Amino acid sequence: MIRLHSKSNTPVSIVEHQKPFIGKVTLNRNLPNGLRAQHVLVISEGTEIPMGFGLVLLAHDEEVNDCPPNAIRLSQELRYLKDHDVIKFYPDILKIDALFRKDANANSFLVTERCNSFCIMCSQPPKEIDDHYLVDDMLAALPLIHPETHEIAITGGEPTLWGDDFIRLIQAAKNHLPNTGLHILSNGRNFKDLNLAIQVAQVRHQDVMIGIPLYADYSQLHDFIVQADNAFDDTIRGILNLKRCQVPVEIRIVIHQKNFHRLPKLAEFIARNLLFVNHVALMGLELMGFAKSNQDGLWVDPYDYQNELHYAVETLARAGMRVSIYNTPLCLIPESIRCYAVRSISDWKNDYLDACLGCSAKEQCGGFFSSNLTKVSQNIKAFG
Amino acid sequence: MSLLGKKFKLIEDFDQSIAGDYQLLPSRFSAIDKNRYVLSNEVGEYLVVTRLQLENFIRKKVPANTDFYYDLKSKHFLFDGDSNVAIDLLALKYRTKAQRIAQFTALHLFVVTLRCDYTCQYCQVSRQTDDKHAFDMSEETANKALDLVFKSPSPAIKIEFQGGEPLLNFSLIRYIVNEAKQRNLLSRKDLQFVITTNLSLLNDAVLEFCQQHDIYLSTSLDGPEKLHNGNRPRPGKNGYQLTVTAIKKAQDYLGRHKVGALMTTTENSLTQPKAIIDTYLENNLDSVFLRPLSPYGFAVKNQKAHHYDIDRWFEFYKEGLDYVFEINRQGHHFEELYTQLIVNKLLSPFSLGYVDLQSPSGAAISAIVYNYDGDVYASDESRMLAEMGDKKFRLGNVHTDSYPDIWLSNTLLDTLESTVSESLPMCTDCGFLPYCGTDPVYHYATQGDVVGHKALSGFCSKNMKIFKHVIQLLEDDTEAREILLSWVH
Repeated sequence: MIRLHSKSNTPVSIVEHQKPFIGKVTLNRNLPNGLRAQHVLVISEGTEIPMGFGLVLLAHDEEVNDCPPNAIRLSQELRYLKDHDVIKFYPDILKIDALFRKDANANSFLVTERCNSFCIMCSQPPKEIDDHYLVDDMLAALPLIHPETHEIAITGGEPTLWGDDFIRLIQAAKNHLPNTGLHILSNGRNFKDLNLAIQVAQVRHQDVMIGIPLYADYSQLHDFIVQADNAFDDTIRGILNLKRCQVPVEIRIVIHQKNFHRLPKLAEFIARNLLFVNHVALMGLELMGFAKSNQDGLWVDPYDYQNELHYAVETLARAGMRVSIYNTPLCLIPESIRCYAVRSISDWKNDYLDACLGCSAKEQCGGFFSSNLTKVSQNIKAFG
Repeated sequence: MSLLGKKFKLIEDFDQSIAGDYQLLPSRFSAIDKNRYVLSNEVGEYLVVTRLQLENFIRKKVPANTDFYYDLKSKHFLFDGDSNVAIDLLALKYRTKAQRIAQFTALHLFVVTLRCDYTCQYCQVSRQTDDKHAFDMSEETANKALDLVFKSPSPAIKIEFQGGEPLLNFSLIRYIVNEAKQRNLLSRKDLQFVITTNLSLLNDAVLEFCQQHDIYLSTSLDGPEKLHNGNRPRPGKNGYQLTVTAIKKAQDYLGRHKVGALMTTTENSLTQPKAIIDTYLENNLDSVFLRPLSPYGFAVKNQKAHHYDIDRWFEFYKEGLDYVFEINRQGHHFEELYTQLIVNKLLSPFSLGYVDLQSPSGAAISAIVYNYDGDVYASDESRMLAEMGDKKFRLGNVHTDSYPDIWLSNTLLDTLESTVSESLPMCTDCGFLPYCGTDPVYHYATQGDVVGHKALSGFCSKNMKIFKHVIQLLEDDTEAREILLSWVH
């Protein structure tokens, strides 16, 4: 587990920032003067502090001399920060967020906590608050992100609730990162309005994919899982509209107690009705948020839905669809479909069990969500 | 029991249908055995149901909250007040199925000569003569035919050379391939070529040309030597040896997948399906097509005899298919192509371009034949019928008729109108309709009517038996199901 936020930072000199500061991390104390104000210098050794940086983070515990303003002693858990990472600094509460880590296997921007669904297994329970600052943060961070970044993601809440600002985010991602993929997680419901799909298409982003959940092959069950009437119809229409505009779409299926028995039928439904989507991800449950509080009603050992998973993967693959298994340790996946498993868990919340220590497949295995370590399958076994 | 926190509503709370009320979407059903029916919808999705389930479904008595109810809903046999997106999806699926009609003619057969060195008993068209001018296609005719080929809106064009023995007029094949590729520089179609040949004239020059232009070879292999030579007599009585030697040579030169073989079933074939299939294995062929008896051969005249022949043929087919399964069980991937086609039709959202199993029929809209003399026919069978003296399905001639003249001819339009299964007596109520089609030439040849009485139709009888058999296998035989699913492409 890697911490992305910390408030345990202490000022070493006067903090001149009045508003939150978003800057790019550098380890280079000799950066030309003209670049210093927009950079965050991380110092891991040495007591001489150079002048002119927007922020200085001391990643060591030694005393320093003649300290310029805006120097902060960095909390232990954020000392991994390095060149090209992007952080946000809150001067009032001395909080630092890692917005972007160059070495991360996934970098996502949560752009709102508001949502028009209320999924029973939501790992990020919705909050009805004004969080437009999240959009502004992403817009501020995008120009600082390393241009060779493979992919970034937009998540929520429901990002499309921002309407025109949602489109602005995609446009900004295209403008500032013309070689970077953009993965957007949306429940797809707002795309039932064809105009929104057209707007996305008109940005002509070079490599965008919209990941949309479909939890059941019929409306009653899907609507229950997302706790919203008509959500099934809206989502299907949204997917059709996006594909009508040639926007790539991924279907994401979180598997749990309420829907695993229909998984084979759902796969048949997708292969028959939505064959043109670009990817299907079959996902294990992340025990965070509502999934944790509802775990008695949701948890099912992946070992116990092996047959359903097998049938679903085979059905989709046979139809020529690209299919992946996410968030599931290899030892719980039937051997013949293990090749579809992907190391999908973001590095900062990815862990392994003690039982995994001697496992010969650990390097290929996606392991566990850190949050799931308290509730694991009884059928974990190391490969010899 | 939901076991969820109090702020979450129950599944019942999200059901907006009025208790137990649902509407039927268009569907059909047919019995597959004593107790079970196949229930299929307009776009070819199906469920196998019991008599009781079927009755409950139609009487709107299937209880909500059961898996059967949701199976019916998910596969678009019913819709309820909770969702109305089914109509959008059905429309989309219907468009997908109908797409082939908009794409129009993909397969263009060129009969480059009627001359042949064989005298096969089941062939109506070949001529034994050295007079090249009488039965060879001319460059002028070929050019006129190519004008029509490149008017087709189909993004994929396959030109198949037929005969007689097309290699007897190889210079024209060269001419057509080069000319077609030249024209395709502008048209930019996915252009492919096939030569249907007995291979007796296969030589290095032909192989080199095939290699250069990615040409596929399709040949005839009827089974073991005695059967093959009996069916396909040739001066020297060495047809079998010539054929298998050439198959090997072509496989080595062009690659295994570039060479295919078809068999024609005759009376003598019926007792030896395994031996026929073994011949295919011995010659490193990856599939066999257990084709029905040709109605243009010995079975055409007597309907009763014909019916009897269908039953015998079906036994032959089943025995052959069982053997194909055994081959697969032993770890060797080998397909029976008609069954493969049916399984794909059962499971695919697309319409597969097999001429005989389409509604409307694939005549001229999937495949068209340019005869050596420039006459245009709706199918290879139409041309055979013409050679037997009945030009009923002649659509025109490349020298005198334009593209619209041919494709909008009354002969073609009347034929197509008679082949929309959805409106044909008996077909309209048949649960197998989405997978079937109708063959107007067959029905005309056997019953004197392009629609025909389906109860007397060998075509209907054969296909019904196969559909039932394949669906039963998919439902009841896990091992066979696995093999059949591995044939889905």
